[in-house]
Amino acid sequence: MSETAGPMVRSEQVHKSFGRLEVLKGIDLEVAQGEVMCLIGPSGSGKSTFLRCINHLEKIDAGRLWVNGHLVGYRQKGDKLYELRDREVSAQRREIGMVFQRFNLFPHMTALENVMEAPVRVKRTPKARARERAGALLESVGLGDKVRTYPSALSGGQQQRVAIARALAMEPSLMLFDEPTSALDPELVGEVLDVMKRLALDGMTMIVVTHEIGFAREVGDSLVFMDGGVVVEKGVPRDVIADPKHERTRSFLSKVL
Amino acid sequence: MTEPDKTPDAGPARPAPIKAVPVRHPGRWISVAVLAVLAAMFVHMLLTNDKFGWAFMVDNMFRPPVIEGLLRGTILLTVLGMVIGVSLGVVVAVMRLSPNPVLSGTAWLYTWFFRAVPRIVLLVLFGNLGILYQSYGLGIPFDEQIADLFGVSFDGRFLEVEARSLLTPFIAALLGLALSESAYMAEIVRAGIQSVDPGQSEAAQALGMSRTQIMRRVVLPQAMRVIIPPTGNETIALLKDTALVAFVPLSVELFFQLEAVGKRTFQVFPMYVSACLWYLALTSVLMVGQYFLERRFGRGVAVSGRTRPRIFTAGSGR
Repeated sequence: MSETAGPMVRSEQVHKSFGRLEVLKGIDLEVAQGEVMCLIGPSGSGKSTFLRCINHLEKIDAGRLWVNGHLVGYRQKGDKLYELRDREVSAQRREIGMVFQRFNLFPHMTALENVMEAPVRVKRTPKARARERAGALLESVGLGDKVRTYPSALSGGQQQRVAIARALAMEPSLMLFDEPTSALDPELVGEVLDVMKRLALDGMTMIVVTHEIGFAREVGDSLVFMDGGVVVEKGVPRDVIADPKHERTRSFLSKVL
Repeated sequence: MTEPDKTPDAGPARPAPIKAVPVRHPGRWISVAVLAVLAAMFVHMLLTNDKFGWAFMVDNMFRPPVIEGLLRGTILLTVLGMVIGVSLGVVVAVMRLSPNPVLSGTAWLYTWFFRAVPRIVLLVLFGNLGILYQSYGLGIPFDEQIADLFGVSFDGRFLEVEARSLLTPFIAALLGLALSESAYMAEIVRAGIQSVDPGQSEAAQALGMSRTQIMRRVVLPQAMRVIIPPTGNETIALLKDTALVAFVPLSVELFFQLEAVGKRTFQVFPMYVSACLWYLALTSVLMVGQYFLERRFGRGVAVSGRTRPRIFTAGSGR
């Protein structure tokens, strides 16, 4: 939150391989403060991997990645890079909220406990205060009546909204969404997208990996099409969707629209 | 579901419930008959064969030395053995899963040794540890060798205890049982930790939680569901293996004391039966404890105590 000038996320030639498979082949992207960037592309194009690199769940092999002006996972002194300690990596992650495709709620905690956990344990927020805030957050995602419910008794859409509230409880300055609606029944997709739309309107910086082209067009400030580990095309969503410049973008969009 | 039936003109009336002749199970009646006869024979033997000496057994199975052996030997060793075994087991399991190759190698070596050597051998070994040194001390390692190297005399020990007072038979028995238990527990805990979806610790990492917090707050509570049932087995096995401590030798223990009564009075059989009854009773108490533990850690999985059938499907019960 400290630096107001400059982009929220900047990546320069980010490369990442799993064994022999090169998943990211030099990603250059910039996400401004308050921007909502939607990442689309076929599966295996590297979009989820890129998202996971941003909060250092994956270590990049080459290139540079900055969040809020800070190098992710490393400290630079002169020409030398030093790996950050676990504690420092955790501190960086507190600024970044993440929502997963399969929710990953803690099944042994109620909705309220899921949302309270990180503020209490990580930020040392007093329990009463954290409980109050968690309740308000659940209220804001429309689950005020589900605070005492365990995730197993919630629908997919409700679970994902709890997961969003859980990420927001750490008051992040950037939110990452990894296919947040892909594991949901079609009629539950809308309730999650509505919450995300409201978040975008509140000015949250968001990077959303998604297959919801409608959401990208309506809410996104920019749309990035990735394929084979590279950014094929980037632009204003309406323009990219209406008039893709590249053949690969065109053929992908024709399949998902 | 019932709503459409209540409305008068909602199509055909609800058909009458099915009344079918149930399938007969003659095999069940035959097995009931056979088992009833066998049970009757068994009870008949218990009641008529006076070698069982029931009255003698009841008079002697609660003698003060027996109770002392039960409390200060069997139960205390089981409780302490499990407390040490579980705590050490968690530490060894976490070491084993550590990315640090020295730690995980050490943990592997530890489990390898203590699972390979039979408990009875460990107990005899620990019982004779006094042979190695007359006394055990706490201080700077290799102090004598260092002193020799520099040609000076120098004693780097702060605390020195005689082997006999440190390695009492009870401590030796406890060490033998607890260390071997911890090796088994380490494997159980490791399996439990590995059963937790990796997405759980990723979500916790993304929230900025530390490694220790993730283990304590997210992974272990979920691993407990997998860990508890085999731990119940381990507790029962350890309870029964406390009978082995006679080999340390430690005589303050349930079975040794019961057998001693039997040998002294030349009535061994009733005392062996009483040993069975004692271990049955103790194991039953443990099983009740396990039931409550499983319920506690099943939170969020079994909705309000109702567990879903895992093996039999809807039609196949009863």
